[in-house]
Amino acid sequence: MAKELFWDDIEVGTELPPLVKNPTTQQLVKWAGASGDFYQIHYDKDFAISTGLSGVIIHGALKSAWLGQLLGDWVGESGTIKKYGCSYRGMDVPDDTITCKGTVVKKYVEGDEHLVECEIWVENSRGERTTPGTGLVALPSRG
Amino acid sequence: MAEESVITDKMRSLIGIESEPSVYEIQQEPIRRWAEAIGDSNPLYHDEEYARKSRFAAMIAPPGMVGNYVFPVKAGGPPPHVESPFWRRLNGGNEYEFLKPVKAGDILTATTRLVDLQERQGRPGIGRMLIQIMETTYKNQRGEVVVKTRGTGITYEGPTE
Repeated sequence: MAKELFWDDIEVGTELPPLVKNPTTQQLVKWAGASGDFYQIHYDKDFAISTGLSGVIIHGALKSAWLGQLLGDWVGESGTIKKYGCSYRGMDVPDDTITCKGTVVKKYVEGDEHLVECEIWVENSRGERTTPGTGLVALPSRG
Repeated sequence: MAEESVITDKMRSLIGIESEPSVYEIQQEPIRRWAEAIGDSNPLYHDEEYARKSRFAAMIAPPGMVGNYVFPVKAGGPPPHVESPFWRRLNGGNEYEFLKPVKAGDILTATTRLVDLQERQGRPGIGRMLIQIMETTYKNQRGEVVVKTRGTGITYEGPTE
């Protein structure tokens, strides 16, 4: 595990360490099995094309799981993900390099919790933000 | 432009109705498979010994796992079914709120309800879209709300040529 992350050491504009993924159709099948989402657009190219897509696409929920991993890796075991969410605005495809990124947009204290709000997103290899979202985490404070 | 709405009164009457509860047991092996499938090596999701010594005292479910975990012990039946005129579907978005950690061994009870229906015009090839907003609340065996999720489901017309 990475060293403990403290609320005090975070500033607005702090970037989260990016999480890079190189998904294959095999990974999409693994995800289908793990999540129980067997919709054929994620592994059957002919079916995907019949729905009007140009081919197999990555599950939205897999992208949100990666964004959860991005936040989880960043806050470590002493931090807590309070909430996060994302919108699947653009489609992502296997055999592309997918990078999950984030930036701190706000930090504040509420009750006894030290909170940090982030903008998070999934970016494709052309630098397009296909999946924008937000996250809220609680971190330990040195204070 | 004065096209008829795809949202019928019958569909609207389903808003707010809660599903029968589904019951899920959170087990270690599905946690490991989930983490393996996304490529997350966090030992809290893989190593029981390690997890026992952590502040959670057990393996925990990765964020978002409950919201997609579709192998219930007791299926409560789906939420009230909206009969969309469109068969093609896409996931529009997911939101998760985590109130308490979900641990291996927990028994969760989930109820889902349709909270809103919207319609929108998508790009060519997508066409008209019917958007369903669903919310699910997960409680653990102690009756504590552990996770709330909100999902945006889209069904769409597809290519019109």
